Amino acid sequence: MAFKGVDYLDLDSELTSEERMTRDTVRRFVDEQVMEIIEEAYLEGRFPVELIPGLGELGVLGANLPEEYGCAGMNNVAYGLIMQELERGDSGLRSFVSVQGALVMYPIFTFGSEEQKRRWLPAMASGEAIGCFGLTEADFGSNPGGMATRAERDGDGWVLNGSKMWITNGSMAHVAVVWAQTPDGIRGFLVERGTDGFDTVEMHGKHSLRASDTSELVFNDVRLPGDAILPGSDGLKSPLMCLTQARYGIAWGAVGSAMACYEEALRYTTERVQFDRPIAGFQLMQQKLVEILDRVTLGQLLAYRVGRLKDAGKLKHTHVSLAKRHNVMMAREVASTARWALGANGIHSEYQVMRHMCNLETVFTYEGTHDIHTLIIGNDITGLNAFT
Amino acid sequence: MKIAVCIKQVPEGDARLVIDADGISIADADLATEINESDQYALESGLRLAESQGGEVVVVCLGPDRAEEAIRRALAMGAGRAIHLNDPAFQGGDAAATARALAAAIERENVDLVLTGLQSDDAGWAQTGPILAARLGWPSATLIMEIEPEGDTIKVKRELEAGWFQWVRLPLPALLTIQSGISTVRYATLKGIMGAKKKEIAKVTPADIGLAPDEVGGAGRKTRTTRLYVPEKTTGAEIIEGDTATAVATLVEKLQKEAKVL
Ligand SMILES: Cc1cc2nc3c(=O)[nH]c(=O)nc-3n(C[C@H](O)[C@H](O)[C@H](O)COP(=O)(O)OP(=O)(O)OC[C@H]3O[C@@H](n4cnc5c(N)ncnc54)[C@H](O)[C@@H]3O)c2cc1C
Repeated sequence: MAFKGVDYLDLDSELTSEERMTRDTVRRFVDEQVMEIIEEAYLEGRFPVELIPGLGELGVLGANLPEEYGCAGMNNVAYGLIMQELERGDSGLRSFVSVQGALVMYPIFTFGSEEQKRRWLPAMASGEAIGCFGLTEADFGSNPGGMATRAERDGDGWVLNGSKMWITNGSMAHVAVVWAQTPDGIRGFLVERGTDGFDTVEMHGKHSLRASDTSELVFNDVRLPGDAILPGSDGLKSPLMCLTQARYGIAWGAVGSAMACYEEALRYTTERVQFDRPIAGFQLMQQKLVEILDRVTLGQLLAYRVGRLKDAGKLKHTHVSLAKRHNVMMAREVASTARWALGANGIHSEYQVMRHMCNLETVFTYEGTHDIHTLIIGNDITGLNAFT
Repeated sequence: MKIAVCIKQVPEGDARLVIDADGISIADADLATEINESDQYALESGLRLAESQGGEVVVVCLGPDRAEEAIRRALAMGAGRAIHLNDPAFQGGDAAATARALAAAIERENVDLVLTGLQSDDAGWAQTGPILAARLGWPSATLIMEIEPEGDTIKVKRELEAGWFQWVRLPLPALLTIQSGISTVRYATLKGIMGAKKKEIAKVTPADIGLAPDEVGGAGRKTRTTRLYVPEKTTGAEIIEGDTATAVATLVEKLQKEAKVL
């Protein structure tokens, strides 16, 4: 059954026809290609790689980067709508696209040399090359500035040592953007699969984001040529700039998850009969449904507003923190309420709610935990740093 | 090969329809719309022909301002340019009035082939295509499943009743009405959507195509809709119990004596 979306306040009429078309084309792709396979992929714990060529053809990989590098050159609201629709399918799918576009293509575009851009961006836009982003380490999550991974100069090149944990797309990536300490602070490096001393190990046992490749990256005396460094990268602010891009997409993506949960809860409760009437007819159930709709609608308005700010060049990273923080918490609560409304079926893979509910625990944690965004905004409004 | 594809913007399949105060039309403010389904297949067929034979697809659409969204979608899918018959005088037409306007626009284009959908999902007359062919004075074939160009002719597979098919050859130029579901309609890619912004949509009035305002739209109708309504609920359904033989006997008796239809 085709997904109709949720639009209680006619936000659609604020969108341009390109934005609506973009949303609809991705929505149809998710309906036709993703929904059939995603539950099984989730249960099997695998990323559905068979979707990659289609994603590339559609143009969703790095969709807001310019056409001269093989990308679609969409504005940021259209980009946000893409994330929303993909995450309506699954957070793992949206994570794949976020990492590829916002965490790999964006830093290559922003900090890379012309040669690096020409080599990687068109291949990544088409999905022929996959990338991953290695920032987090076992001992440095919310505090990445303390990272232990180091790159030392070695003649014209570099030698890289250390390891990264929890890296999305890690095992399938052709190239990793790796952040490491150097004598001039934190810098980004492009490390290609197959380089001696570079290994990836897929992590098993996740209860969340199961339709996603999460891996460990290990670097043992990895020798890199001089042109492996991203020349424009400069300190911790470079990876944080990437995260701002990805977090922006997550603020939209979370809305997609919540929309999927709302639609499923509404349909289920209007069809499911107990005590001789549809359970949606009971006050307690209507309260749940209305609460969900209310929260989804607020999340949509927030995403839309930060989108327009981003297109106007007025978006601050603190705005993105507010949107990521609010919308992921919103989606997390919506998914849990929707699961509640579905009774026993709510825990079963024939329905989506519990998959979304579990996925959102990852989304709540990665790209700056909920708490870290609280501290970022707290710092912004009080001028007092509460991180340490 | 130059191909014109006629598309109509219609309410979405599961849109909640409200009958307008005039009692003969659907209220269309706030209505979610889409390109008529079989027109999407006509467009897909046109794009495939243009890709395999070389050539151009021109989209032709009669509709109000809001129909521009349907046109943009067709351009995003790959049509080269569009003609939008957009004027208050065009509104409110039946199949004959619409076909007359489409014919006048298409005659100016020198096309080899016109593709339309089999029927519109709203009015459902299935007449616009055949009347358009008659207006153009071209051969036409309906319910098309497959198209094979052969020089200056075209071979097409038609769907008949009960699982039968028929192959027909037509000289070009010709018109075909396309059946739904015969291929996979492509996605409008994001690059296509961005590219569509730069494509031309020529807005056309009756005067531009040599027609008087009263030859098209509501004034040019040959038919008149007198009432549009949601099927009324009636009572009196009866379930006839018993084994087949007695149930049939009871049914026949009721049809004869009560319903008086036999
Ligand atoms: C499925 C998955 C995929 C991921 N993909 C990637 C990826 O592709 N690339 C990548 O680099 N990373 C990735 N991550 C890692 C993710 O970004 C980190 O897990 C996240 O930054 C949190 O770090 P941590 O898990 O070490 O938690 P910690 O930093 O140890 O935090 C634990 C708890 O302490 C709280 N906390 C921490 N500091 C403070 C403080 N100052 N005040 C109050 N509370 C605090 C946190 O909010 C949290 O609740 C992924 C994670 C997951 C689960």
